[in-house]
Amino acid sequence: MVERQSPLELELRTGSHGDFEHGVDVILSETRPGSILQLSAWPGQEKKLIAGIRTVTGLALPDGAGAGSTDGVRSVFGFAPGKFTVVDEAEGLAAAFAGVVTPAIGTLTDLSHGRTAIRIHGPKAEWVLAKFFAIDFALPAFPIGTGRSTMHHDVFAQIQRTGADQFDIYVFRSFARSFWKALCHASEEVGYEVQ
Amino acid sequence: MLITCPYCGPRDVIEFNYQGDGNRQRPQLASQDLDAWNAYVYDRLNPAGDHNEIWQHSGGCRAHLRVVRNTLTHEISSVAFARGDHKAAMRHKAEGKS
Repeated sequence: MVERQSPLELELRTGSHGDFEHGVDVILSETRPGSILQLSAWPGQEKKLIAGIRTVTGLALPDGAGAGSTDGVRSVFGFAPGKFTVVDEAEGLAAAFAGVVTPAIGTLTDLSHGRTAIRIHGPKAEWVLAKFFAIDFALPAFPIGTGRSTMHHDVFAQIQRTGADQFDIYVFRSFARSFWKALCHASEEVGYEVQ
Repeated sequence: MLITCPYCGPRDVIEFNYQGDGNRQRPQLASQDLDAWNAYVYDRLNPAGDHNEIWQHSGGCRAHLRVVRNTLTHEISSVAFARGDHKAAMRHKAEGKS
């Protein structure tokens, strides 16, 4: 396959920025997963879809709104009733699901080229994101593995907590550069490093 | 104003879109009852108090919701998925549940 071009390329400047003399408190990076899929179950077919996700990815999806899990390579989380985002570092995840998500169970949409994945990591990750999104980022309210769908102004974002101080944010590719610039601005006060 | 989405939890009203009065009943599509169509298109209760409304959580899970909002205080007393029993939200309110 041809190499995918990042929408952040012109703005992604590796190194330390902002007030980093007092320490780097967040690390920003683009994770560039090979596959980003959206899976939807027809009403009543949710459990079959969750079982299918487990078969293909090996990830057990807990029951409940926004529940999810990650093993560092593959991630899954619910973002709406009966709808799930599944991410894999490798390409070709859609093909692996083709025989599992049958038309009787639901639908599969390959968003690998349509979303940009941005990771924010560090002790001030919650602080920086709390300036963007009016949701509770505290660990008890937003446990590891779970996902949230929300928006920053009109930029729709799906956020998964992939560590105690780490979040993966999925935004529309066409908005990714402006979102990235805003995220960099918001991180200046705490000192940030781009990797 | 916060609306507590049954899926996402409490969210700011900016994430939601108002989809109209939740009380109106669409006549059968083949109906030729002009009064019923007129009522569906134009007649609104406009109560000063609890109002049954449809909202969409467009900036979140995108689910359509049945919301009971007090038009005097903006207090949201009930939120439920619109899918399913469309009278559920009002009953929920009548039974004093939140």
